[in-house]
Amino acid sequence: MSETFQLDGEDIPFAPGQTVLQAALSAGHYIPHLCYHPEFKPHGSCKVCTVKIGGGNNTRTAASCTLPAQAGLEIESDTEEMNALRRTLVQMLFAEGNHFCPSCEKSGNCELQALGSDLGVMTAGFRHFYPDRPVDASHPDILLDFNRCILCELCVRASCEVDEKCVFSLSGRGITKHLVVNATSGKLADTDIALTDKAMQVCPVGVILKKRVGFAVPIGQRRYDQRPISAQALDDAPRPPSASGPNGSGVCQACEE
Amino acid sequence: MTNPEQKKIRVATTSLAGCFGCHMSLLDIDERLFTLLEHVEFDRSPLTDIKHCGPCDVGLVEGGLCNAENVHVLREFRKNCKILVAVGACAVTGGLPAQRNHLDLADCLQEVYVTEVSLHNGLIPNDPELPLPLDKVHPLHEVVKVDYFIPGCPPSADTLWKFLTDLLAGRTPTLGVELTRYD
Repeated sequence: MSETFQLDGEDIPFAPGQTVLQAALSAGHYIPHLCYHPEFKPHGSCKVCTVKIGGGNNTRTAASCTLPAQAGLEIESDTEEMNALRRTLVQMLFAEGNHFCPSCEKSGNCELQALGSDLGVMTAGFRHFYPDRPVDASHPDILLDFNRCILCELCVRASCEVDEKCVFSLSGRGITKHLVVNATSGKLADTDIALTDKAMQVCPVGVILKKRVGFAVPIGQRRYDQRPISAQALDDAPRPPSASGPNGSGVCQACEE
Repeated sequence: MTNPEQKKIRVATTSLAGCFGCHMSLLDIDERLFTLLEHVEFDRSPLTDIKHCGPCDVGLVEGGLCNAENVHVLREFRKNCKILVAVGACAVTGGLPAQRNHLDLADCLQEVYVTEVSLHNGLIPNDPELPLPLDKVHPLHEVVKVDYFIPGCPPSADTLWKFLTDLLAGRTPTLGVELTRYD
């Protein structure tokens, strides 16, 4: 931990193998993020954790969750410029899916909602897509509401790397990309997903839901009613470096067969 | 707050495709209404029953746009109000009414008035005085320029109070993470 980089003018120590985001969180400095999860390899897809590197005219931006920490880096994160970019990213996510917070049982525990609130997103700003995404209620204990999917792949990663079932996958490209269930019928009921699976715990939004427990926690007592996501993320730190990898073998038996 | 001797700020309010929950939340500022009334006077609003909006300083619009009359009223507000505010989830995102947007409008009308047992003897209402439903429900910013957005279903009384007192004091309204709620 002898080497450091600069984040918003402060020295941040880091361990070899840590990314900028991991080191920052460990040191008690919040960088907004969404698809990053401390137990999984960084994915770098949501870009909410984007930071500015270097000073003067020689600057570039990079996702801090995949940027290896290096001694001497000069990084800007908590600036109006970066936060404005993050707000726009969050706005696009809100416009692209069907995010009706008042009727969503994940409300108050939703990372997308908490991030928007913390960044001061007051409107999606863009024209809403209102896509048609039917739910999958086939499973007796689990509901899939695709309307809220933000394509972070956390359930895909958890199901493959930890549960070793590969129940979920992303299909299609660009704007047609969507979450699918890995069964011939395409229905969750025809998979071996279980309530105890890691994939049941990682959805940052309200896609993968346990049935018959919605709205059990009253408003005011939900996760992000208590503390904003920026404080909550630091509560969860220090976070282990991704080098330790997920809990499973990292090889999905279902895919190997 | 403004000096009481100054001309009062003129405020109009309306509920479009909303449930009046945001107006209830405004009333929920309770005794602070008296303080508010020292500084503002109401133009068109359910509180005054004035039918058309005259020149105003602030327009508070609850609800999204689900029919032609909603669009007409919104344009009247935009034309007359210096500052137009989208109040509540429906005005900001389309809200609950927009959850019909992935369905075909004709199918919705068929289901409600013909397939299901209804009070309308199996006929889809077509009186020319009824405003025509829009194909899709829209939030306000998709039709007119909106100056401020207050999310929430409804925004709490404290949220509305913070917004209005900031505005009346000449500050850019800021809600902060505590009052920026989407539900």
